[in-house]
Amino acid sequence: MTRRLLLLLLPVGFIGLALIFYQGLSLDPSKRDSALMAREFPAFEATTLRDENQRVDQSLFKGEMTLVNVWGEWCPACKQEMPQLLGLADQGIRMVGVNYRDTREKGMQFLSEFGDPFETNIFDPDGELGFDLGVYGAPETFLVDADGVIRYHHKGYVSPEDVRDRILPEVEKWR
Amino acid sequence: MALIRSFAAILILMFTVDAMAGGIEVREFDDPVMEKRYRDLTASMRCPLCENQAIDDSDAPISADMRDRVYLLLQDGQSDIEIIDHMVRRFGDYILYNPRLENRTYLLWGLPIALVLLGTLVVVMMVRARRNASAKALSAEERARLDALINRERSS
Repeated sequence: MTRRLLLLLLPVGFIGLALIFYQGLSLDPSKRDSALMAREFPAFEATTLRDENQRVDQSLFKGEMTLVNVWGEWCPACKQEMPQLLGLADQGIRMVGVNYRDTREKGMQFLSEFGDPFETNIFDPDGELGFDLGVYGAPETFLVDADGVIRYHHKGYVSPEDVRDRILPEVEKWR
Repeated sequence: MALIRSFAAILILMFTVDAMAGGIEVREFDDPVMEKRYRDLTASMRCPLCENQAIDDSDAPISADMRDRVYLLLQDGQSDIEIIDHMVRRFGDYILYNPRLENRTYLLWGLPIALVLLGTLVVVMMVRARRNASAKALSAEERARLDALINRERSS
């Protein structure tokens, strides 16, 4: 009797595992949460894109909810998502840019050409802040709450649908 | 002759492909232990961008950044565990080819062991059951029938 039961366990176990693995096939490995979720914005010290004498650090994110967009002039998707970011800024959402692995001239040129939704831009030419943020390719967008804690992360291009279905609901949630 | 020529062609091709795959910097180490640790660490971390390439094998900019960081932290005297933590804090468990043993990975690590134990148990029980069946003594009636069968074979 126990033998029967044990033998029954084999196909049941097999089917169970097969179902788990089958479900794994449809998971997208690029859709994973940032490791920084629910953690404080990493400490940093940098200058701004516009002014090499102006120093900024993580206290930039205390007091008001902010959308942080990591961008670079070299990144095509960053250009395409600019209209969406300008729209978000128009709705009164505070935007801060991280100019990632770029030069001052190219960054400034980008802003004059595609618009500037950012209150300020952190200048990160060596990608040091980007590394601490776990950025592995621009654009990436983080929502930082008024306490400076990262609450939402969007990897890649922000489409108008993403704004409507993901970003605005998150903004409402953490405002 | 043709064989040698084609062999040479293959060799040349191999070296060209190797040269083309470049873009990964060569690092000099004074200490062979340090070099081994660097190789092991960079081989054990997955590139976050390219999904299934280790950072020691990837041309992606982020992999180069991560190799630089591993190198810096090694020079800084950090332990392997500290370096792995440093990377996981930024890029998540995803980058580890071997997930660490923690609450949410007990099942992952434990299941194979549990399955092997279960399999062994099943085999042991089956072998035992079979052995018991064959070791049962024959009754007098069965023995008589067996003798009859054997004798019939012999006489014919």
